[in-house]
Amino acid sequence: MKTLDAVIAESPVFAGLTQEQLEFIVGCAQNVHFDAGQTIAKAGDNADVFYLIRMGEVALDLDVPNKKSVRIDTVEAGQVLGWSWLIPPHEWKYDVTATELVRAIAFDGECLRGKCDSDPVLGYALLTRFSQVLVGRLQATRFRLLDIYGTDTH
Amino acid sequence: MRAVLAPEALEAIVDVLRRRDWRVVAPTVNDKAIVYGEIASAAELPVGWKDVQAPGSYELERRDDEARFGYAVGPQSWKRELLAPSVRLLQIKRANGTLEPAKDAVDRKRTAFFGVRPCEVAAIKIQDRVLVGGPYADEDYLARRKGSFVIAVNCGEPAANCFCASMGTGPKAEDGYDLVLTEILDGTHRFLAESGTDEGAELLAELPQQPAADADVTAAEAVTDAAREKMGITLDRSDVHDLLLANLEHPRYDDVAERCLACTNCTLACPTCFCTNVVDANELTGAAGDRIREWDSCFTAQYSEMHGGGTRRSVKSRYRQWLIHKLATWNDQFDTQGCVGCGRCITWCPVGIDIREEVAAIRATQEAKS
Amino acid sequence: MAQTLTETAGTLEAMMPVPYAVTAKRQDTYDTWTLELEPVDGAPIVPGPGQFNMLYAFGVGEVPISNAGNFETDERLVHTIRAVGAVTKALCAAEIGTIVGVRGPFGNTWPIKEAKGKDVVIVAGGIGLPPLRPAIYHVLKNREDYGRFVLLYGARTPSDLVFLDEVKSWQSNYDVDLDITVDAGDTDWKGKVGLVTKLIPPAQFDADDARAFIVGPEIMMKFVAQELMNRDLPAAAINVSMERTMRCGVGLCGHCQIGPTLVCRDGACYTWDEVENLIAVKEL
Repeated sequence: MKTLDAVIAESPVFAGLTQEQLEFIVGCAQNVHFDAGQTIAKAGDNADVFYLIRMGEVALDLDVPNKKSVRIDTVEAGQVLGWSWLIPPHEWKYDVTATELVRAIAFDGECLRGKCDSDPVLGYALLTRFSQVLVGRLQATRFRLLDIYGTDTH
Repeated sequence: MRAVLAPEALEAIVDVLRRRDWRVVAPTVNDKAIVYGEIASAAELPVGWKDVQAPGSYELERRDDEARFGYAVGPQSWKRELLAPSVRLLQIKRANGTLEPAKDAVDRKRTAFFGVRPCEVAAIKIQDRVLVGGPYADEDYLARRKGSFVIAVNCGEPAANCFCASMGTGPKAEDGYDLVLTEILDGTHRFLAESGTDEGAELLAELPQQPAADADVTAAEAVTDAAREKMGITLDRSDVHDLLLANLEHPRYDDVAERCLACTNCTLACPTCFCTNVVDANELTGAAGDRIREWDSCFTAQYSEMHGGGTRRSVKSRYRQWLIHKLATWNDQFDTQGCVGCGRCITWCPVGIDIREEVAAIRATQEAKS
Repeated sequence: MAQTLTETAGTLEAMMPVPYAVTAKRQDTYDTWTLELEPVDGAPIVPGPGQFNMLYAFGVGEVPISNAGNFETDERLVHTIRAVGAVTKALCAAEIGTIVGVRGPFGNTWPIKEAKGKDVVIVAGGIGLPPLRPAIYHVLKNREDYGRFVLLYGARTPSDLVFLDEVKSWQSNYDVDLDITVDAGDTDWKGKVGLVTKLIPPAQFDADDARAFIVGPEIMMKFVAQELMNRDLPAAAINVSMERTMRCGVGLCGHCQIGPTLVCRDGACYTWDEVENLIAVKEL
C-alpha cells in the first residue's frame, strides 16, 4: 500500500500544492476505515473533518419527515467527501453512511482551518480547490433538476 | 422536331389528347385568378389576360392582345396534380382476427399538363428527385407522374415577383417536357413548338403546322431573352448555401418573425414544398379506417411536435427552417435546389414577405462583416 | 411522361403496414411497457441494431419506435414504448393477441461491427437502454471480438431502470464493466446516486481505441458526449441516436429534418461530430 503522503500528493484535489504545503496537510491526515452500514456523520454534527475516499462508497441521505429518506448523492473512490469543515457554520448537511467497507484518509479540518487563517496563501489554495468540489456538486444538482432522462416531459 | 403553330392549333392539341381519352389540365380563369383545371377546349385558356403581381398582391388585367399565355403563374402549381393535397394511401379493415390493409386500385387517366412554365418544369424535376429518386418512392406520386404529359410554355411575360432567371430555371425550359411552346406576339401571332420526347413528337405530328424558319426560332429566342432581361437578377444565389448556414442566428430572423403570420400560404403555394402528414380517419363502426396523406407545412407548431414538446416552437425558427431548406439544406438533402424562383411565396404571403429581400438583408450584414 | 423521371424508382411498398400480433407484454415503469410482436403471416423482418419500425395502432396512428430485440438469437420484435401520446398510449394498452401494424425496418444501423477489436462504451439514459439492446447483444454474442465492454446506465430513480435483471446478468455472464447510477435513490437503493456523467471519469477504456454508443434524451447525450470528450474520446468515435417527428419513416414526408439531414433516412444513428453543431442551434 502506498504511503499516506504519496496518496495525498497524487490526489487531483491537492494537485499543484507546494511540497511544504503538502507536508503540512499530511501532518493533519490519518488513515481511517468504516464498515458497511457504519454512520460517518449525521446531519447537524460538527464538521471538523473531511475525507479522501480511497476504496468503497459513501452515501449522502436527506431525511424527509414522514417519508423514506432520500439518497442525494454517493461518493466513490478518488472523490472528496465533505466541504462543511471549511465553510461556516461547519456542520454536516446530510447523513453520511458507508454503504460498504470504506477506506479513506481523514483530514483534521480544525487544524487545517487554523493554518489557513495564519497562512492565507494555503488558505486561498484550499478554498479554490474546495470551491471546485462545491461547483461540481452544484452543476450535478442543476443537471438533475433538468431531469435529463426526460421522464417528466409528457 | 420543330414546327410553327397558329393559335387555332391549340384547339387541335386539346382535341387530339381528348380523343385519346386523356384529361387535359390547363390554366383557366376562375375566381379572379388563373388556376389549373380540366379544359374541354382551348377557348377556356385565359385568352387576353395578364396577371399583375406584387408582394402580397395579385390581380388580373385585360391585355390589349389575344395572347393565350400572357401571364406568369397563379396561386396553384402542378403539385396539385402530382402530389395531391389529400390522398387515401390505404384502407385498413379489422377482420378475421387481423388487420387487412388494402390499397385502392389505381386506374388513372393519362393527364396532359398544358401550359407548364419553365420554373414549374424545374419544380416537377425537383419533386421527382425528392419523391421517387431515393431508396423509397411515393407510389401515388409515381403513378400520377408516369401518367403525366408535359406541354411546357416558355415565358414572355414574367410578373414582378418572378425570379427564375436568378435561380437558373427559366424563362426558357431546357428539358423536362414532352413538348414546349413559345408564344410569339410580334407580327403574326404564332407559336414555335419543339418536341422533347418521342411522345411529344407524335403529338406534334398530328397538329396543323408550318415548318419553322430560322426567323421563327430567332423570334422565339427573343421572347425569352426579353423576359430574362425584364426580370434581371434579384436574388444573388452565389454561396447562398454557406451564407445561410453561417448565419443561423442572424437578427433578421427576429425581424421577419415580427411580420410572419405562420399562415402556411407560402408552403401551400410553393411548387416544390413536399411535406405531408399522415392521418387516420375511422368509420364509426370501428371496422375500418383510412390512412390519408395530406399536405403539411413546416410553419405549423404541430409539424415538429414530438411527445409533448415541439422542436420549433417559435415562428422565427419556422421561418428559418423554411428559408434555409429552400436555399441551402435542400441541396444537402437531395442534391438539388429547393427554390425555382416562381415568386408564389411572395405574391401569396398576406404580409408580402419577400424571400429575395430576406436573403439580401442577411447578405448585406455578412458583407459588412467581411 | 416527360423524359427526366427516373426509371429506377425506389421501393413502393414502404407505406404498407404488416400485421403483427402482440405475443408478450411487460410493464417496465409506471408509464413504459415492452411488447413482443410476431407476424400474423409469413417470416418476420429482421432489423439491424439501431433501426426503428413504424408501429401502427389501429385507427389511431403510427409512431417510430426503436427496435429492442435480441436479433442475434431471436426473431421476435421487441419494442419498449412510453405512453406519452395518443398512439403510444394505444400501443401500451394493447393486450396479448392484439394486432398492430408494423412498417420497417427503417433508418441506418449502429456501426457496431466496425467497432470490432476496440473497447466499447455504452451509455444509456432511462429508456435509452432498449434501443441499444440489439447492439449490446451483438457484442455479447461476439464478445471475444471486442476489447473491454463498459456499460453505464443512468435513470431518474431506481424504478426507472428498465431491463435491470437482464443488465445485471450480462455483468456476471459476459465480462461487462457495468456501472449504474440514479438521480435520486431511497435508502433501499444499494447503488450509486448522481448523474450518469459521473460514471465516465472512472470507467476503464482506451480512449485511443474505443467506440461509444449513447441513447437518451438529447440533453443527456450532450452531457455524456462532453464528458467522453474530456476523456479524449474523439467526437467521431461517439455514436448517438437522434429523435424527431416522423410521419413516413422513409424520407418522403419532410418532418424529421435537422438542417441538412433527414433523421429517418440518414439516421437515426449519427456520430457526435455530425450532429453536435446542429443541435447546438436552438430550434433548428
